[in-house]
Amino acid sequence: MLMAAAACGGSDAKTETGASASSEPAAAKAKVGLAYDIGGRGDQSFNDAAAAGLDKAKAEFGLETNELETTPGETDAQKEERLRLLASTGFNPIIAVGFAYSGSVKKVAAEFPDVKFAIIDDADATGPNVSNLVFAEEQGSFLVGAAAALKSKKGNVGFVGGVEVPLIQKFEAGFVAGAKAVKPDIKIQTKYLSQPPDFTGFNDPAKGKTAAQGMFDGGADVVYQAAGGSGGGVFEAAKAAGAMAIGVDSDQAKTADKAVADVIITSMLKKIDVAVYDYLKNFVGGNVKAGESRFDLKAGGVDYSTTGGKVDDIKAQLDDYKQKIISGEITVPQTP
Amino acid sequence: MSGFMERLTGRVKLDGVFAVVAPVLAVVFAGLVTSVVLLIAGNSPVDAFTTLIDQGSTPRIIVLILNTAAAYFLSAVAVAIGFRMNLFNIGVDGQYRLAALLAAAVGGAGLLPGVLNSLLVVLVAVLVGALWASIAGLLKVTRGVSEVISTIMLNAIATGLTGWLLTADRLGVLNGNAIGTKPIPEDAHAPGWALIPGTPMEVNSFLVVAIVVGIGYAVLLNRTRFGFGLRATGRSEPAAVASGVNVKRMVISAMAVSGAVAGLVGMPELLGGSYQYSLNFPAGLGFTGIAIALLGRNNAVGMAIGALLWAFLDSSSNALQILHISKELVDIMKGVIVLSVIIAYELVHRYRIVAAQHRVSRELAAPAGTEGAAA
Repeated sequence: MLMAAAACGGSDAKTETGASASSEPAAAKAKVGLAYDIGGRGDQSFNDAAAAGLDKAKAEFGLETNELETTPGETDAQKEERLRLLASTGFNPIIAVGFAYSGSVKKVAAEFPDVKFAIIDDADATGPNVSNLVFAEEQGSFLVGAAAALKSKKGNVGFVGGVEVPLIQKFEAGFVAGAKAVKPDIKIQTKYLSQPPDFTGFNDPAKGKTAAQGMFDGGADVVYQAAGGSGGGVFEAAKAAGAMAIGVDSDQAKTADKAVADVIITSMLKKIDVAVYDYLKNFVGGNVKAGESRFDLKAGGVDYSTTGGKVDDIKAQLDDYKQKIISGEITVPQTP
Repeated sequence: MSGFMERLTGRVKLDGVFAVVAPVLAVVFAGLVTSVVLLIAGNSPVDAFTTLIDQGSTPRIIVLILNTAAAYFLSAVAVAIGFRMNLFNIGVDGQYRLAALLAAAVGGAGLLPGVLNSLLVVLVAVLVGALWASIAGLLKVTRGVSEVISTIMLNAIATGLTGWLLTADRLGVLNGNAIGTKPIPEDAHAPGWALIPGTPMEVNSFLVVAIVVGIGYAVLLNRTRFGFGLRATGRSEPAAVASGVNVKRMVISAMAVSGAVAGLVGMPELLGGSYQYSLNFPAGLGFTGIAIALLGRNNAVGMAIGALLWAFLDSSSNALQILHISKELVDIMKGVIVLSVIIAYELVHRYRIVAAQHRVSRELAAPAGTEGAAA
């Protein structure tokens, strides 16, 4: 590992400035590099949650930051290069948003042992300078699944997933389990917007709208979206159908377009912002922990939102489920 | 007289200086348009272009450019084979993804040792690509289905099929949140060489494969009976039939050869980068290939330059974001280049027609005909 780093250092003048800057961690003005997943800042959901954490830490600790976006359909080599560019131009720590960076973080972190890396949604890229920030999405999804079933008048709810990948299937599994816990014979429609390697399903509101419309036409009155930037379309469809929707990742009753935000009864909060903020806080304090940090219901890493007061009437029931999951009485499945 | 499509796909030759002037003009024009966009957005074009060039000339990025260009070039050749006989193989995208997935699964099983395994992987990829493309050829020959429609639909089917195959109980292995095929054993990885001084990163051997395919393409097209049949069919079907070409067989074999080359598109990444087909496997290379084939007018050298240019823009665009310039700028640039190349060729072509007419009319001392201008 050291050999590789030395080779890199010798090869590129810029690397050396990077190495010297990183030899004094927790400096007053740390340069934070953040690499987004598809959709980038402005998706009102997954990436925006990471951005929110970054903004908060930036304001509080006076950090210098830079954010790099991704291109759909790029190779791992191009992802690696994005991380190398950040590492070699003096950014430390570097936060990679999304499991797509798994392989590239592992490789580049080994090349730059003095730079701290964090990766969200991946526990596979490990190293002495890598922190893995992972979430129990299925637990939060269970709660909004229960909320959907309690709120549905027609006994028919829907799930719109962005791309059919194991991560999003965790959302589906939790949602289905939660809805069935309330009402075992409930009808659940599920639909994914695209299949890998086509990741446009995370960034295509038109597809989200069509899928949700189909569900409302098919008798659903609550639809949960785990589709990143496509979620806006799901809310539009819910508005048009006079139905309800459930947001994801961020508190979407606050972040979504004002014209449609009132259809959102609750959101499954995946507190990436908290994870990113905590990580940066630890970095500034000089006590970053390598390895896995799991953000589940117990740790307050996932939750449901109450903005708008539309689930206040069922709050007691939801909190009851929450306690049961925390105590281990209910185990939420991770695969549908 | 030649139609617009024929000039577009390079079946009408522009000789000498015009073949060079048109694309250079197009790139310069694209640079101007991009500068205007930058100025409107409040950024300095000089900073942006120097950053692109500075970044693009670092040893690490040069390696990345070469490796990326190899895949882009293969994709362009696959598209060009169809273009030359008036077949629009829009399906290169689906062909290479399906081919890469199945080849990765076979390679991951480790049936053969070492180099034999890599060769097996390539063979499977070529065969799958050829077979998948032949479906469109067969449909065209037997049912008269337009290959544009059928290949686009086959892309969608390939996406569904790969999605279905890449699940944990079929060809996929679940690994945290990622899913991919079983990694190809290390002894079957394609070799690379640290050719560029100043970086330990390796130039992948598929660059050599791409060059060989490029030479093969030029020879096949210009020096063989198959190539003659291909070009003849592309220009005029009745004329091809008259000179003894079996057009139906040509359609199927051209699609198959195009698909076979498409099968190679995913190989630089599979055997030289990721060693597995995972959720991260690059998509959309087939469409990049179409743009590059248009840019290079289906000429092997032209496409090589186009592939390098595209790889350069893609690989050095990250640095723009360090300057807080959106990397979408590169997409604007690519779009303008393709459009202006097409327009530049057309302008050059018309200029030549008009010039020729003037010359002829002067020589004949008679009024100029209007037939040529209608072309």
